[in-house]
Amino acid sequence: MEVNEVFEKVKTLFEEELGIDSEKINMDAKLEEDLEIDSLGIVEVVMAFEDEFEIEIDDEELTDVGTVGQAVNLLHSKL
Amino acid sequence: MKTVFVTGASRGIGKSIALELGKDYQVIVGFGNSKDKAEEVVEEIKKLGGESLAVQLNIADRNSVDEAFNLIEKTYKNVDILVNNAGITKDNILPRMKDDEWNDVIQTNLTGNFYTSQRAIKKMIKNKWGRLIFISSVVGISGNQGQANYAASKAGLIGLSKSISKEVGSRNITSNVVAPGYIETDMTSFINDENKENIIEQLSIKRMGMPEDIANMVSFLCKDESEYITGQVIPIDGGLTT
Repeated sequence: MEVNEVFEKVKTLFEEELGIDSEKINMDAKLEEDLEIDSLGIVEVVMAFEDEFEIEIDDEELTDVGTVGQAVNLLHSKL
Repeated sequence: MKTVFVTGASRGIGKSIALELGKDYQVIVGFGNSKDKAEEVVEEIKKLGGESLAVQLNIADRNSVDEAFNLIEKTYKNVDILVNNAGITKDNILPRMKDDEWNDVIQTNLTGNFYTSQRAIKKMIKNKWGRLIFISSVVGISGNQGQANYAASKAGLIGLSKSISKEVGSRNITSNVVAPGYIETDMTSFINDENKENIIEQLSIKRMGMPEDIANMVSFLCKDESEYITGQVIPIDGGLTT
């Protein structure tokens, strides 16, 4: 799967799972500051990623993920 | 229809809760050793037109908890309501209490409920709806001679539940503690008649509690009508702790 395909899926999940305005979602958007996702929200999106992409994500892998782009790259590297 | 998981539901308070909730929900009857008794509870729920399944687990063991949830999620989508009821006693006065007696009670009554709650909460967060109900004890509020381990474990549940209520309140999940007083079950069957009379004398309502007294409150806490009640400890004790 190409990076931009992963991004589109991530964007859809953010819209559907967390009700985030799609216009705000770009690769540079910060999860907490720009998209206002709280710590439970992160848990929700991780579960959604795991279901959608059929992967498992450890908590340790999330420590460096602060933006949409970093999340997309993490997912892309695991596919 | 929502799915409820009641741990320790083969007898006593847990059984009563399972039977009451069987009227409105699919009920998973969690049991440790008493398979036959758990199956009887399942049959009773089915006889009344409900849906039910017995699942064996040792809540003190995380792997066993995971296996039980995997099995439940295979049959039903997820656990919407978790009633953490399973518990054990190993009474002794403090100077004589063995490490095993302390550790076993804390591991089962407190840590076990951490395992089940953690496992259930993720799906509840995803669904943006859930109910966690912990069956503690007035002993966790007042203490009791010979029950330092049990009282500590039951008091621990209060801190666990209150913290959970703050973490997940934004997702329409409530977490509450029900604290039974003296309820007529196997666990209190060792109390002789004379002591029973002494206990009843201390109560405002002059009788021992029945498992149904607890089940009725649990049933209410499961409903949408209770959505503004969270992080609370509700003693059901005939006025013992008043």
